[in-house]
Amino acid sequence: MSTTMETTAKQEQAAANERLARTSRIQRFFNQATVRIAVLVIAFLWTLPTAGLFISSFRTEDAISSSGWWTVFATPFDFTQWTIENYVDVITTDGMGAAFINSLLVTIPATVIPITIAAFAAYAFAWMKFPGRDLLFAIVVGLLVVPLHMALIPMLRVFTALELNGTLLGIWLAHTGFGLPLAIYLLHGYIAALPSEMMESAAIDGASPMRTFIQLVLPLSVPAVASFAIFQFLWVWNDLLVALVFFVRDPSTQVVTSRLSEIVGSRGQDWEVLTAGAFVTIILPLVVFFALQRYFVRGLMAGSVKG
Amino acid sequence: MESVQQAQPQNLRQWLEIPTIRTIVSIVGFALAVIAFIFAFNFLRSDEAPIVGVIVVGLVVGILGIWVLFLSLDALVDLLPPNAARAVRPFVYLAPGLAALGAFLVYPAFYTLFLSFFAGRPNFQEGTAEFIGLENYLFRRTAEAPIFSEEIIWIIVRNNLMWIVLVTFLSVALGLVIAVLVDRIKLESVAKSLIFMPMAISFVGASVIWRFIYYFQPLGREQIGLLNAIWVALGGEPQGWLTLSEVSIPLITNLTNGTLFVPLNSIFLIIIMVWLQTGFAMVIISAAVKGVPDALLEAARLDGANEVQIFFRIIIPYIRGTLLTVGTTILVLVLKVFDIVFVMTSGDFDTEVLANRMYIEMFTNRDYGQGSAYAVILMVAVIPIMIYNIREWQRERQER
Repeated sequence: MSTTMETTAKQEQAAANERLARTSRIQRFFNQATVRIAVLVIAFLWTLPTAGLFISSFRTEDAISSSGWWTVFATPFDFTQWTIENYVDVITTDGMGAAFINSLLVTIPATVIPITIAAFAAYAFAWMKFPGRDLLFAIVVGLLVVPLHMALIPMLRVFTALELNGTLLGIWLAHTGFGLPLAIYLLHGYIAALPSEMMESAAIDGASPMRTFIQLVLPLSVPAVASFAIFQFLWVWNDLLVALVFFVRDPSTQVVTSRLSEIVGSRGQDWEVLTAGAFVTIILPLVVFFALQRYFVRGLMAGSVKG
Repeated sequence: MESVQQAQPQNLRQWLEIPTIRTIVSIVGFALAVIAFIFAFNFLRSDEAPIVGVIVVGLVVGILGIWVLFLSLDALVDLLPPNAARAVRPFVYLAPGLAALGAFLVYPAFYTLFLSFFAGRPNFQEGTAEFIGLENYLFRRTAEAPIFSEEIIWIIVRNNLMWIVLVTFLSVALGLVIAVLVDRIKLESVAKSLIFMPMAISFVGASVIWRFIYYFQPLGREQIGLLNAIWVALGGEPQGWLTLSEVSIPLITNLTNGTLFVPLNSIFLIIIMVWLQTGFAMVIISAAVKGVPDALLEAARLDGANEVQIFFRIIIPYIRGTLLTVGTTILVLVLKVFDIVFVMTSGDFDTEVLANRMYIEMFTNRDYGQGSAYAVILMVAVIPIMIYNIREWQRERQER
């Protein structure tokens, strides 16, 4: 009698366990599936706007203005709707090609020049003792969030007086100045984290501060330098405000962003021009971004708060 | 007595070890660097300079010149007695950086504050500067294309607050949810990359992308903008989304006795920024979520907590610091938003924001005093975040 009761109790227990295991398995499967679908839907929604632009940029003027870009999926092999003429036109007659070159001329030096200046400053902040060090570095941290808008009117006056307005030198200097707080902050975070035993033994071996910097600190800081370089490259390439203020003396000195915003103003209905033009402006940052995403993310982690 | 024969230097480095040669080389190097900077400064400003020359001179002087400057000054510092050298060297390394920060950020910030007390475009050399005290801070100008004649400052305040609250909240919330969801599936990196991608796109590029989505064709013509196409397919009439500055949404309008209308067009602009920033929030938050110890999560599950409870009671408190950092970063960015409004509406239809207004005062109205006042408002708005960041940095430093 008691044994049968015990067995039924055990059986019930086992059945209950089984049920529990099964429901949690079903639940887990269900969770997995819904999570998956949710993520896919979000990723799809986030990609859709760019995809629409990309597809449209290869459609003829007539096709773009007479039907939505999503209709191409009904007749993808109707080649009369496809063209690369939009790109040819926008690069030549709309000046996007020249603007692309200008963007490169602005961006590359404006990315490279701050690095050396910032690396020396970061090294001094991290490994040298001097009065006022903490105060000065606190100012750098504070400057990280100062809006560069604060600097525009005075800088414009100074640049006009020095005849720097509309010159490459002017915009390089401006971007160097605006990029420095982030550069010093990022590199400092990395350089200060180098092991102190290493720095001490370098000093004991008689290496001068300069030698330690060149032979030890700089080679070890390559990842941080790469992070900053990618960050600054994207920032300068994508900047509109600084370019509008300091670099539009005439149409020949326009970068891709200021050129594109002008096309929006003058030909805001001509989607064959706008879509192709927009794609020309975003293609290089996208390539850089996907190729070097790892470094970029690392830079972001180190605290990206730029003015 | 034994005379020590000085070994003949074999290579450049050994030559440079000799103090006199070292000194001469560093003085010459310093002089050359200074001359190169002066030459480059004049050459790069001239209109006749060929573009190839500009880029070559710019890169050579900008990189090599700076290195020569540092190296030669460092060698000159070596000539000082050791204690003095130790005291001076940090400032040599800091000088170019600090000079640039001072010239491009600190000095202009104070000058902008100063300018904001003057009317129009004060010229101090010619003595045509009219001091008007705080008048610029009354922000008297009314909107150029107002729906209702209203002082533009109130539209700006409303819009900037709306931008700050909505973009910061939506980006962080979406980023958090996606980070937690994505953390559980294998396709993680692909999905993450796609959501993160807009980070690389310029605000101008993003504006064109979304202008296309919001595009409006009159009734009866084929809608090629995605939003209107969906809207029409659902039975609506095509809308010029970016002009809808006061929409009465039944629930909200009724609740407020018909006093509160929704500036739908600003919300459409805000969506662009959320699209751009969610990926950033997701990536940073996702790293923090991965840092939540598994043991903690397991313990909670054993205690019978479900996933929702784990999300709210364990994950969110654990990564609160990160959420705050991401939030403030986005907040600062949103406060300064310019490009999107400039390209999409130029601030018309009551979509004006601080940074765009500052640009209009500066370039369209040529009113530097008024423009400076807007810049100062922007600056004042970030000061609390600035103080918070400095405090955080000090706290971290003390913990190390």
